[in-house]
Parts: sequence; structure tokens; C-alpha cells
Amino acid sequence: MQILINLANGIRSWLEGMGLSAASAEVIMSAVGALAVVIFILTHVIILILAERRVAAFIQIRKGPNRLGPLGIGQVIADVVKTLSKEDIIPAAADKFVFKIASTTLFATALLTFAVIPFSKGMVIQDLNIGIFYFIAMASTGTLSILMAGWASNNKYALIGGMRAVAQMISYEIPMVFSILGVVMLTGSLKMSDIVLAQKNMWFIVPQFIAFVVYYVAATAELNRAPFDLAEGEQELIAGYFIEYSGIRWALFMMAEYASMVAASAIATTLFLGGWLAPFGLDTIFGVTIPGFVWFMIKLYFMLFTFLWVRWTFPRLRVDHLMHFGWKFLIPVSLANILVTGIGIYVYQRIIS
Amino acid sequence: MFWIIAVITLGSALMMVLNRNIFHSALFMVVTFIGVAATYVMLQADFLAAVQILVYAGAITIFIVFGIMLTVRGNMKQTNLFSKNAAAAGLVSLVLILINAYMAVNTNWSISSAEPPTETVGQISELMLTKYVIPFEVAAILLTVALLGAIVIAKEVKKTS
Repeated sequence: MQILINLANGIRSWLEGMGLSAASAEVIMSAVGALAVVIFILTHVIILILAERRVAAFIQIRKGPNRLGPLGIGQVIADVVKTLSKEDIIPAAADKFVFKIASTTLFATALLTFAVIPFSKGMVIQDLNIGIFYFIAMASTGTLSILMAGWASNNKYALIGGMRAVAQMISYEIPMVFSILGVVMLTGSLKMSDIVLAQKNMWFIVPQFIAFVVYYVAATAELNRAPFDLAEGEQELIAGYFIEYSGIRWALFMMAEYASMVAASAIATTLFLGGWLAPFGLDTIFGVTIPGFVWFMIKLYFMLFTFLWVRWTFPRLRVDHLMHFGWKFLIPVSLANILVTGIGIYVYQRIIS
Repeated sequence: MFWIIAVITLGSALMMVLNRNIFHSALFMVVTFIGVAATYVMLQADFLAAVQILVYAGAITIFIVFGIMLTVRGNMKQTNLFSKNAAAAGLVSLVLILINAYMAVNTNWSISSAEPPTETVGQISELMLTKYVIPFEVAAILLTVALLGAIVIAKEVKKTS
């Protein structure tokens, strides 16, 4: 996607030509980049809602979403119109201000993680030195918004859902960070572009397969998606922490969920599947150069599809099983993975020197 | 920019103390911590800023859970009350602020002319694992002991109940 980078450089030089200083041009370019990311996310939320309903319909032989209009596209319009036209209800006993901002802050934290995701070579808003660490820090703050929503609704189901979300997300954050650590040890850098370029010869899914599995499970739990969707388990808690929300505020929760799903898949793609790099060095097929962005999107959609697939295939876990699985299985496995990776790196360096 | 961040940080810190609702106090505390992280970013200490958000702002959720657990009140408006010594406490803090301000203004700060380093993580870890390895390990052992102690206390409470 060299075109987009050229376009960005073109806008920048045009702004500077208009008499703006380099710093203010940079600020405007960041805003443009952020806007592009927001549009990117919103587009993908729409695609994902359709994909989720269609995958669900295919897997579970449901009738509606597959048939409404060509390719089921009519379902998207029906969903969006229904959501937007609903009344915005705020419960009388709710903590009103916190209730109102909780949905916005959750979406904002989901949005912030996109600042470090490299969509292609040079296509990243801020290629921070601490890229992946920034992602972890931003992803961890999402818990607070969920607790805010659960508490401010002043509803027993919502509060139980919020508390479950806190317990679950804090437990599963630890194995997630440890699994990322294995990749960071191999790369020796926290910078996202360095991590991608280190996978030039071999994707990290091969040497770090255990880390990949741990990351995938922990990310599913972090996203509160089935089979780990205890925070919103329909049979027990109806909808969990966003039970009292309606209309556009409810839509914000949904968008935040799908945005974090895209972010988690993008991180998995970057860390384990080689990011924008082509598989087996297939940069050109039959003389046509395929841009890195396309490879990135293919891998991203593969990851997203597995998330949908898992959701409609596995039954939900029980709360205590979930905690046992996190603390007694995933954390020891991820710690062992770090140990083995460390020994492996040491042995490898010895052999080389 | 600095003044905006400073006003937000200090204002929310003040609101945290003055607010009667412990849930709102905790949320103001998050704003304060994020303000501090923003100050770190302005000082080009981006790693420290990320740690600040991950450790402090992330821990607020736990803080809220414990705050709700330990303050069983019928009304949320009475969860973060003042004691009768508010005047004395205010005086002590005022004196402390004045002393700190006096010291800060009168200290001869040495300003380095070197460029701020772009890569901070590597240098921090280098220092932690060579020069300060013993305090680092002692802190690790201390935390492990504290963790074990917490587990033992929690388990014993379960048995007696």
C-alpha cells in the first residue's frame, strides 16, 4: 500500500506548503491517521457483525441472517437501523454521569490500542519503541470501563457481570503478557516493526507455538468472548454489565467488543503470523506484487474467523473452571515457555559463537 | 500543554479527596494517574508512562472492588467521609506543600544538556540486572513473601468460617 504512504506524505508536504510549521502538520497528520483508523474500525465492525451472524447461521443452521438480501447484507441495515432508532434509556437509580461515560471510555480504550498496530510497512500511527508494552497497558484499562458500566447501572445482574469481568480479565492478562514475552525475548525489541521484520525467515508461530496457543486462549478471555463470556452469559446474567444500556450506548459496547477483537487479532498477526510479510517469500505471484497490507488483511481475517468459529462451537465454561484453567494451567505453561525460550536462545547463541 | 495536564491532574486529585462517594473518588484517582502518565510522556519517559498506566490505573479496578467490599453503607453518598480532624489535616498538608515548594524553588537543579535517550527500556533493564540486582531481587522476594502471606491469611479465614 505504497499509495497510502505516498498520499500521507503528499498531504504533509501540502500542509507545510500552506505555511504551517512541521510540528502542526504532524499534529494534523496524526488526526488524519486517527480518523483513518476509526473509519477502518467502523467498517470492520459492520463486516464483523455480518460475518458473525452468517458464521453463526452456517455453523448452527440458523435461518435468518443468511437469507436477508444478497449475501445477507440486508441484515446489517436492519441491525443498524434498529439500534440507532431505539430510545436512550437511563435508569432512574443509576449513577448517571458514570453510566453515560462508561460506554464511551470503553470504546476509547479499544480505539487507543490501534495506535501501534502496523498495517503495512510504514503504515502505523506511532511506531513506539515500547509498542507492544503500550498495547498491554491500554488493553488492561478496558476492565475499568466494564466495572464502571456494571456498577453505575445499579442492577444486580450488571454488577455480577462487571465483577466477573474484573476477575476474569485480571487473571487472563498475566498469561497473555507472559506469552507475548516469549516473542519479545526472541526479537530483543518491543517495537512492532522490529518484531515483524524479525520474522523474515520464520514466523514466530513455529518456534513459539505454545505461546501462540496461550495468547489465543488468553485473548479470547480478555475479549469476554465465548467460551469465556461469563461476564455477559445470557442464560445467567441476561447481558451482564451492559444490561441497562440501549440504543447508541449499547451499540458503543458492541463496537468496543469488535474493535478489541480486531486489535487482538492484529496483535496475533503481528507477533506470530509475520504481520505484513508475505508467506514463504511470495512477494510477487505471477509477476504481480501483492502489497503487504493485503497479506496483513488476509491474516487478520483468518484470525477473526477463528474467533467467530470458536464462539459458535464451544460451550461456555463454569466460573471456577475458568479460574482454575487460568491460574493452574495457563500461567505455569506460559512461565515454562519463557524458561524454555531463554534456554533455547542461550544454546543457540553458544552454537553460533 | 503542561499547564493543562497539571490543572487536570491536581484538580482531579482534589476532587478525589473531597468527593463523598468512594466510587467517584476512585475514578478521579484514575484521572490523576493518567495525568501523571501524561507528565512522564512530556518528559520523554514513555516506558515509565506505560508502566504508570498499567500498574496504577490498572490497579484501580481492584481498588474499587476492595473499596466497595470494605465500606458497607446503605447510601453511596456516605462512603468517603471526613473525620473531625479535617482542619488539622488541612493545616499539616498546607505546611507540607509550602515546605516542598520552598525546597523545590531553592534547590539548584542541574540540567543535563544531553539529548534524552530514545531507547529507555534496555537501559533500565541493564541497570536493574547489573548495578541494582540485589535490591531488585530483594524486592522480588519481599513481594513473593507478601503474596504467600496473603494466601495463607485468606485460606485460614475460609477454614474458620
